[in-house]
Amino acid sequence: MPNMQSGRCTSFFILPGGVDPPHPCFRSSLQLHDSTSTMLSGILVFNQKGENLIFRAFRSDCRPRLADIFRIQVISNPQVRSPILTLGSTTFSHVKHENIYLVAVTKSNANAALVFEFLYRLIMLGKSYFGKFDEEAVKNNFVLIYELLDEILDFGYPQNTDPDTLKMYITTEGVKSAITNNPTDSSRITQQATGAQSWRRADIKYRKNEAFVDVIEDVNLLMSATGTVLRADVNGQIVMRAYLSGTPECKFGLNDRLLLDPGESSSGGRGNDSGLGTSRATRAAAGSVTLEDCQFHQCVKLGRFDADRIISFVPPDGEFELMRYRATENVNLPFKVHPIVREIGTTKVEYSVAIKANYSSKLFATNVVIRIPTPLNTAKTTERTSQGRAKYEPEQNNIVWKIARFSGQSEFVLNAEATLTSMTHQKAWSRPPLSLSFSLLMFTSSGLLVRYLKVFEKGNYSSVKWVRYMTRAGSYEIRF
Amino acid sequence: MFIGIAPVGLHGSRSRNPQGKVAELRQELNSGGKKDKNYSAKKIALKKIVANMTMSNNDMVALFPDVIECMNLPSLEIKKMCFLFLVNYSRMKPEVALKALPILVDDMGDNNPLVRALALRTISYVHVREFVEATSQPLTRLMQDNDPYVRKTAAFCVAKLYEHDKKMVENSDLIDRLNRMLKDENPTVVSSVLASLVDIWGRSESISLTIDYVSASKLVSILPDCSEWGQTYILEALMSYVPQDTAEALLLAERVAPRLSHQNSAVVLTSCRVILYLMNYIAGEKHITSLCKKLSPPLVTLLSKPPEVQYLALRNAILILQKRPEVLRNDIRVFFCNYNDPIYVKVTKLELMFMLTTKENISVVLAELREYATEIDVHFVRKAVRAIGKLAIKIESSAKQCINTLLELVDAKIPYIVQEATVVIRNIFRKYPNQYESIISHVIRNIDDLDEPEAKAAVIWIIGQYADRIDNSDGLLQDYLATFHDETVEVQLALLTATVKLFIQRPTKGQQLVPQVLKWCTEETDDPDLRDRGYMYWRLLSTDPATAKQVVMGQKPPITAESEKLDPRTLEELCLNVGTLATVYLKPIHQVFRAARPRRLLPSPALQQSRTESSSDTGSMLEYNPPSATMASASTSNSGLATITTTGVPVTPINAPPPPHLPVGPGPNASSTGPTNMNEAAHAADAYFSGIGSQQMASLDLDGSGGGGAPQTQYVVTQNQQQVYQPQLAGGAATGELLLL
Repeated sequence: MPNMQSGRCTSFFILPGGVDPPHPCFRSSLQLHDSTSTMLSGILVFNQKGENLIFRAFRSDCRPRLADIFRIQVISNPQVRSPILTLGSTTFSHVKHENIYLVAVTKSNANAALVFEFLYRLIMLGKSYFGKFDEEAVKNNFVLIYELLDEILDFGYPQNTDPDTLKMYITTEGVKSAITNNPTDSSRITQQATGAQSWRRADIKYRKNEAFVDVIEDVNLLMSATGTVLRADVNGQIVMRAYLSGTPECKFGLNDRLLLDPGESSSGGRGNDSGLGTSRATRAAAGSVTLEDCQFHQCVKLGRFDADRIISFVPPDGEFELMRYRATENVNLPFKVHPIVREIGTTKVEYSVAIKANYSSKLFATNVVIRIPTPLNTAKTTERTSQGRAKYEPEQNNIVWKIARFSGQSEFVLNAEATLTSMTHQKAWSRPPLSLSFSLLMFTSSGLLVRYLKVFEKGNYSSVKWVRYMTRAGSYEIRF
Repeated sequence: MFIGIAPVGLHGSRSRNPQGKVAELRQELNSGGKKDKNYSAKKIALKKIVANMTMSNNDMVALFPDVIECMNLPSLEIKKMCFLFLVNYSRMKPEVALKALPILVDDMGDNNPLVRALALRTISYVHVREFVEATSQPLTRLMQDNDPYVRKTAAFCVAKLYEHDKKMVENSDLIDRLNRMLKDENPTVVSSVLASLVDIWGRSESISLTIDYVSASKLVSILPDCSEWGQTYILEALMSYVPQDTAEALLLAERVAPRLSHQNSAVVLTSCRVILYLMNYIAGEKHITSLCKKLSPPLVTLLSKPPEVQYLALRNAILILQKRPEVLRNDIRVFFCNYNDPIYVKVTKLELMFMLTTKENISVVLAELREYATEIDVHFVRKAVRAIGKLAIKIESSAKQCINTLLELVDAKIPYIVQEATVVIRNIFRKYPNQYESIISHVIRNIDDLDEPEAKAAVIWIIGQYADRIDNSDGLLQDYLATFHDETVEVQLALLTATVKLFIQRPTKGQQLVPQVLKWCTEETDDPDLRDRGYMYWRLLSTDPATAKQVVMGQKPPITAESEKLDPRTLEELCLNVGTLATVYLKPIHQVFRAARPRRLLPSPALQQSRTESSSDTGSMLEYNPPSATMASASTSNSGLATITTTGVPVTPINAPPPPHLPVGPGPNASSTGPTNMNEAAHAADAYFSGIGSQQMASLDLDGSGGGGAPQTQYVVTQNQQQVYQPQLAGGAATGELLLL
């Protein structure tokens, strides 16, 4: 590790925007000039201790000493509160994942959305290659990571990042890439990497053609202490696992209100959010859902969706996220929570929390966890529950109440008491909100349903399709 | 700090000294010999070397010659590792790197496209002159390679060479060739060529980038066939298209709009940028409204992305909201903070909430802000309290409601909340004089909790301003004056003004304090501001108490809550950079990124004049128009899509970056009068100062003038004489009041 001379760093601050002196071997005719490039200059990976594990420069303005600067300014600086730090002409954008920092170095006014989207793509690739992308994975795969970086960034411009294609020629230890030394195989890879359907190989064959669709909804709730719903919305995600041969054209249909009732879709339809309350409610009852907004995987033909709201695509092989959507109307809240919290003097807090399942009695939620905040100076707690187990977790300042299986329409109660130690410096308790997590199968908070999934392929094979629905707690918070 | 870290080997190494380690790896690399058919020993050794590249502080450079030896082995895996090593160390040992050059040149002719591309990509990373020179010949060949992957790599290679050696590229036909590649049938190649061209354009003064409608339209039509990154490059390039016709702009914007549903936030935000840009050229409210409606939902949807992307979306929402308030007519509740949001997201949401608050939703917002004020993060809590105060100033009809919320918070007696609330209540008094004074007692009650200069200054201002309504105002001031010399200048200034105000409003109570404070401020301080202000008050009080009252207790300029609004020019510039880093800072781009190429709205018949634009702005733009227009028409003819042109002679920069303010029309006159005015002023000032001596002497005669004033003056007269008299300051006495706020 280079020993850090503070002098080197100081000069960096004094000369914001300055460039390093040209390298000796180049002084004669070539000079580095003020770079105003808007793409990445380098990618760095650090562990939590601040050791620089990966350093890959894509432009000559990304100097090794930048690693020291990031370490001092961000990793060992507890005051850092932003993922973006600009010093002089250099900007560090970082994402923390597991126990590593992934850092992009840019000069000048870079496209920040691209930078972060790329860093997250790198994490996704890492997970796809190593299962878990952490310090250990990096240390075991230096060569592969450098090879990947060389492939997915050219001169700092992100290139094809589809894991499917990359795995054809950049392989993990042990897996021999037999095809890459053969020119004809190579050109198949290059066609794939630059083609219009870079996400799918052409030669996929399955004996049994199947497609699994998972509709996963994260329901967000923010309820005030007086019991009014401040915010309730749904972030939905449709994940598909496609095991289909050849080049299948898929069409996917939802009970999207704008598709089922095209009368209103004239002006793009999205985001007209006023004055339609009642008519929308009746429609929801009739079985359609208003999607506030949708975002699709690269494979979906966006022009088609924009014109007639038909979702059509050629899927990548295996698992991918087909779309995300947002719904804010007629959100069905699976659980109603009534907390009563009383602070008795400065020595005791009494809790009575009732929770009721608001879905059909045929369904049941699993892994229901209710986190009930306690004051920081809690000494001990006592809990009684009508179902499940409750435990005080001092390190989290929570009483955690777990109910493994919660069937529909049932209602459970927790009574608890927290005894407080006296503190010399009495400060009011900030009362963080009570929060819930759960998962509930065969239920969508938005009311979304998959109406059909059609597969067209020139082989004309028949395929089996499966659909699953699940609602989870996103940020499900109740204030008290 | 960090302790030096022992180099880490691949498989849990023991620590050894670097030389030993290098020798060991060298031996490992050269072992195996002929028995090692698959070169597996070499592979393992190379893997260890690559692993140590970053972690072991450049010890590995000693192995450079050995690694080059391996470069020619018939294994792609080994080649890739050697190339990695080469790129990493070529700058440290250019003379050794040269030995690899023939191998790379050879590989650029390999019949495996992956190898050709790899060699090209590698050679163009090496910042050594011989490498750069050796690249340009094979590059022209590879730009026409029959493999799209190689062509794509070649496209980026031109930009790389341009970074190494501007002149060489400009003197070659590489840019022309690159231009011609825009006709490529492969969308990935086209988007790469565009990215490369934009990159070159961004770093050159002698090159202009022009895209006409036909080209822009073609580019939009290949968008769906490009990778998500390719889409981003094309969208960025579209910013160089200047619509000549409002219908063209509208059509293009509508064709870009489907991209707003893409999963990649870079595509979404760059599409937003293009659409917002094109809107400047679109006539008709109806179209604008419909486009604005399309922008809103995707921005909100980005809030379900990782926090860093949320942050970016929120910062851009703040920006877009100022330019097109109709965009975010959403329910304000989507911007409410989640308890677990990172602090940077929370603070930005708070700012947006403030901007979106109206008479109609203020009750909901206040309840929410009150909730935030109980959170743990002090910085965030303070921001929330400040927001409540600012809302009182922003929405007059709800001021009472805001004040009540503030008072509830003050009653909780949490010191930093009380301090923050005191500051904002001072501002509320400033904004609405004589309306809410009933709460003064409430504020004064917590006076002992205040220990921050800003809060102290605020409460002192309140005491001074309302000295006649606060019974023990002199007592309160006296408490502070007891520690006068320990206070910061900010507080001292406030104390000075407050004491003078007390004296003017309640002469009997202030008469003992004022002389003391004036003496401190004029004689016992090193701070020039404090001394200046002290003298100014002194002079004012001793010459004309009636005027002094008018000046000190006079009408104050109104304050508003909208001070953070960007000025129109910055706003326009930032809107042309939606999604970039500058939007995180929301400052003029050249302030943060000095080297960034400035972007301006270029004129065309279709450009809609915005209300905010000043006339001088448009004037300069018209002036700038002709050169760029001719460049465009001259060059669009020879290539299909976008055009990039070099003007060969560097001595005459024909197309220098747009001069933002060319003097037009009255300009020359104005600029010539400017300096002369200055000269005149300077002369006048000299004349004035030369005569000032005598005036000064006259006015120093304090005792003589004392009789003319009201009885109060006698308290002042007993003071020592002033040494310096500054008429300019006395003239601008009202600013003394301004300094306080």
